Amino acid sequence: MKKLTSTLPNMLISLGTVTILAGALLGWMYTLTKEPIARQMQEQQEKAISDVTPAFDNNPEAEKWTTEIKGSTFTVYPARKNGILVGAAVKGSTMEGFAGEITLMCGFTADGTVKDYRVLQQAETPGLGTKMETWFRDPTAARSVLEKNPATTDFHVSKDGGAIDGITAATISSRAFLKVMRRAFDAYKEYQNKIDTQKEAK
Amino acid sequence: MLTYISIIITAIFINNIVFSQFLGICPFLGVSKKISSALGMGAAVTFVITLATTVAWLLQTYVLNPLGLQFLQTIVFILVIAFLVQLLEIVMKKTVPALYQALGVFLPLITTNCAVLGVAILVIQKEFNLMESITYGVSTSLGFTLALWIFAGIREQLSLTAIPRAMKGVPIALICAGILAMAFMGFSGIKI
Amino acid sequence: MKDYWKILYNGIVPGNPVFVLLLGMCATLGTTSSAYNGMMMGIATAAVLVCSNVAISLIKNLVPDKVRIPAFIVVIASFVTVLQLAVNAWLPALNASLGIFIPLIVVNCILLGRAEAFASKNGVIPSLLDGLGTGLGFTFALILLGGTREILGTGKIFGATIFPEDYGMLLFVLAPGAFIALGYLIAIVNKIRKTV
Repeated sequence: MKKLTSTLPNMLISLGTVTILAGALLGWMYTLTKEPIARQMQEQQEKAISDVTPAFDNNPEAEKWTTEIKGSTFTVYPARKNGILVGAAVKGSTMEGFAGEITLMCGFTADGTVKDYRVLQQAETPGLGTKMETWFRDPTAARSVLEKNPATTDFHVSKDGGAIDGITAATISSRAFLKVMRRAFDAYKEYQNKIDTQKEAK
Repeated sequence: MLTYISIIITAIFINNIVFSQFLGICPFLGVSKKISSALGMGAAVTFVITLATTVAWLLQTYVLNPLGLQFLQTIVFILVIAFLVQLLEIVMKKTVPALYQALGVFLPLITTNCAVLGVAILVIQKEFNLMESITYGVSTSLGFTLALWIFAGIREQLSLTAIPRAMKGVPIALICAGILAMAFMGFSGIKI
Repeated sequence: MKDYWKILYNGIVPGNPVFVLLLGMCATLGTTSSAYNGMMMGIATAAVLVCSNVAISLIKNLVPDKVRIPAFIVVIASFVTVLQLAVNAWLPALNASLGIFIPLIVVNCILLGRAEAFASKNGVIPSLLDGLGTGLGFTFALILLGGTREILGTGKIFGATIFPEDYGMLLFVLAPGAFIALGYLIAIVNKIRKTV
């Protein structure tokens, strides 16, 4: 086949055809992946919630409740078993990380003790601030936040007089991490107060 | 006001596009042998990034988002950039031939400069409004120009120095860039 | 048959896109904080390159010369978007680690370079092999750079510990280390090429 010459109609027709073909391919791919993408996002969220809360049998997603703590939004996902509140996952973030936003999913048991946490999003320095995913679980010294209750333990880095050891050489990241934890705890307490007053009203 | 100052300082120094985001490396290595051409490239890139970011932001907000066609982002943005660069070349040639003489050679290279597409995608990801996007676009390209300018100065000196044969050209340039990146790391963590 | 091998081999060693042609530097530096990330980026780019090379060699006669660049860009951008959607749907973890560099495959000079220099002049099978060879060469280079940075920075390779992390030079995982490691690797390749 001979190569088409560069006349105006030829150019328009060939560019148009290429664009239409590309559009068709993309449209097909989009319909194919639309459902898996939506499912992935939902599963990630559900997994993070069930990872950090005690076993539950309700749908925390359906009962979510949002509040503002010092200007940023925190979402409480309550976990219930047989209708009794056994804990909650709280999603919250801060912009005060070393390199911008840090988003956490913090899990609490009914009395507010930290059950577990997941780092959902961060852009901290690799090898330093990024250690937060494992550091605050490490039983060495006073690093771990697990099994501790922000009501009785001071959730500040030990450098600032608190009771948690921050990550070596990443104090700013550690401060930001603990700040989200404290605020998530406040959000959880606020939620508990709200349902208590609702019960009393009944 | 504070947000804008913060965007400007962050884009130029703290998250410099070349040294900490690795965008626009090709022109950074290719057009940095002389200070004059480095500044020319910087000016051309500033022009295109500002224009492209604005158009891309408007398209995303008023066309792609309402129609639910976010998945076409990449293809639409790259076509916009290619189109803008072509248009700019034609307009400049006809209206300001002096400027075209100075910047013309760099223009075709800009379509495949990932800094342009990168900034357009980043302002959408960061959910900036129009003014913030333009500020971010301008200051990022100033950061790019700054990086290119410093680097060209170093390379002009470097060309007069005796360097082992295998290290000549790109290898020594990359290592210098690494040392410069270390200097720019000193800005990281600054809070405004 | 021998010619086909030559086309494949050319992209991997004598015409290696990173070490010899010095193309695609942004993705090379930006995604090689570990050997695994480098490998995934290499594979993603190779997949798009093979598809775009084949598609372009199929349509090369239908596209007039003057509009060939925009047509090639549309083809490459479509395949990148397909990849983006597929990664979002089935490999979300990859999306998190490669981030903005997936859509930026569009502006990787290697793709347009191969389209222009090879696929627009050759048949389907040689173009496929050229894409595969260049893609493999790119992947190989990224694994090498990612592996070097990972070992020097954290004492690990593909996540397996070689020496304790505390002895690693963190610098190599950070931005400056990327430039320095690549600079030395290219110098070593230059040295070998001159002596062989």
